[in-house]
Amino acid sequence: MIEARGLTKHYGDTTAVSDLSFDVRPGLVTGFLGPNGSGKSTTMRLTMGLDRPDAGRVLLNGRVYHDLRWPLREVGALLEARAIHPGRSAFDHLLALAQTNDIPRARVSAVLDQVGLSAVAHKRAGKFSLGMGQRLGIAGALLGDPGVLLFDEPINGLDPEGIRWVRHLLRGLAAEGRTVFVSSHLMSEMALTADRLVVIGRGRLIAEMPVAEFIACHSRQFVRVRTSKTTELTRLTDALADAGATVVDDDGAMGVTGMTAADIGELAASVGVTLHELSPQTASLEDAFMELTRDSVEFHVHDDTDDDQALAPGGGDRRAPVKR
Amino acid sequence: MSVVTAGAPQCPVHAAPPAMPAGHYSFAGALRSEWTKLRSVRSTTWSLVATAVLTIAIGILATGTEAPRWAHTDLGDRLAFDPTSLSLAGFLFGQLAIGVLGVLVVSAEYSTGTIRATFGAIPHRILVLAAKVAVFTGVAFVLGEILSFASFFTGQAILSGSTPTAALGQPGVLRAVVGGGLFLTVLGLFALGLGTIVRHSAGAITAFVAIFFVIPLIVEALPSAIKDAAGKYLPDNIGATMTTVKQGFRTDVPTFSPWVSFGLLCAYAAAALIIGGVLLARRDA
Repeated sequence: MIEARGLTKHYGDTTAVSDLSFDVRPGLVTGFLGPNGSGKSTTMRLTMGLDRPDAGRVLLNGRVYHDLRWPLREVGALLEARAIHPGRSAFDHLLALAQTNDIPRARVSAVLDQVGLSAVAHKRAGKFSLGMGQRLGIAGALLGDPGVLLFDEPINGLDPEGIRWVRHLLRGLAAEGRTVFVSSHLMSEMALTADRLVVIGRGRLIAEMPVAEFIACHSRQFVRVRTSKTTELTRLTDALADAGATVVDDDGAMGVTGMTAADIGELAASVGVTLHELSPQTASLEDAFMELTRDSVEFHVHDDTDDDQALAPGGGDRRAPVKR
Repeated sequence: MSVVTAGAPQCPVHAAPPAMPAGHYSFAGALRSEWTKLRSVRSTTWSLVATAVLTIAIGILATGTEAPRWAHTDLGDRLAFDPTSLSLAGFLFGQLAIGVLGVLVVSAEYSTGTIRATFGAIPHRILVLAAKVAVFTGVAFVLGEILSFASFFTGQAILSGSTPTAALGQPGVLRAVVGGGLFLTVLGLFALGLGTIVRHSAGAITAFVAIFFVIPLIVEALPSAIKDAAGKYLPDNIGATMTTVKQGFRTDVPTFSPWVSFGLLCAYAAAALIIGGVLLARRDA
């Protein structure tokens, strides 16, 4: 169980994480989702006591990280790929970690075997590929057989085979009743792996809910409509607007919300417009995620552009970041 | 599980939490880990080999050039001649290599990113620093004393027959020889403290070189009054004093006694380590 409460961290003038609270429950894979630079890694570091929060705290099974008796046996973490001395072998890297927490030497060989690095266990890690580095990092997280696991972008640098392996591993760990918290900037990957989601943007909580609920709430449904001539398009657009539907441009076609495909078809027939396409669409989760976090990303860009207001007269009309 | 509760929840439960030994992570574990880290990278071997080669080779060079010159040496220089100090002259250069190792013990953890795993395993950061200090002290002391005695005996063998030689039983000689190893060890600890403060290998090594090689050059260029007042605080003069029997043989400024000089060096190292420790505990990793 991980409980973050009111977590806040500034680096100089930059607010990395702001009043962030969420729970990560045992027995589930919880995806930690946000665009790059949204504060995911900062949150992970604050969780492990590597950085000191300006306010708030994170409890791991009821304790702050600093108070854990055997940290590696309680919490396993993959923070960065390739955080290995290039001159040290994978075995010695893990052995040095194991010795700090009185973890038996045999466990080192066991986790190397589990991640498929046994053959290169005694090779210098500097020669490892990014994917092998990730596997070694995962081995380090599993070393103490901990009940809580943190993975920061574990699939970075992995090939499709490796990605599937990580997905399987995370689901397996959760099925054993462990608390699994995994960050990613890829919504599509989280849709496949996670049970629950914690979504952040610009260091603030945007959403915290089961994946299924997230999909239901945020996947936009619309009907794509294509006509043969521009004049007909205009006529249909007016008719749709009169009927209360919303029309947006969808890559040259019309994206209509607020009416079913059947109703649109009837309406088109009544105003004598020939349709070339009439198809219900579901926006992908990736789109939903982009939509949800766009404001926070946009706002971030605006923040960094001092002369933005001078360039755009309407620049003062900024959209506030999404708050829930 | 022999008892199954009726209506137990269907959600997965960590059936048997992994057995957790009693107690707490400890200094002993940190020591074992630091020893593994030190012995498992080649840079350690290279630093130690470089220290050994520089120290012994310069000692051989110094004594080897002195031996044939003795016949032409005047009386004043003959009276001031210190065969012990001459044979230990290599420490002036060996200190550079041990300093690099001292810096790397900490800075390499930052440059490679392993510091986060280290603090993840041992959240008590001062315990980590203490373990690094202990392991490094052991290695540097054993190496330093081996080199000191090896330099001494090699040097005396080279000088033998040409110049007066020293024996360990003579007053001050054993102190000077043991002093070589102590100097190397504490100097390395100072470098370890610098590495903890600066965190970047290149920056810390530059600072170390500046303190030990550049500052003495600057002081050398100053008016003699300032030079005489400041000289005894410089690490290279401290090293010369600690490894010399007849004071003044390798220094041209007034110096503290060997043990006071050593105390001063220890104070430098302690200051660097304490500042480093405070920063280590306070800063984000």
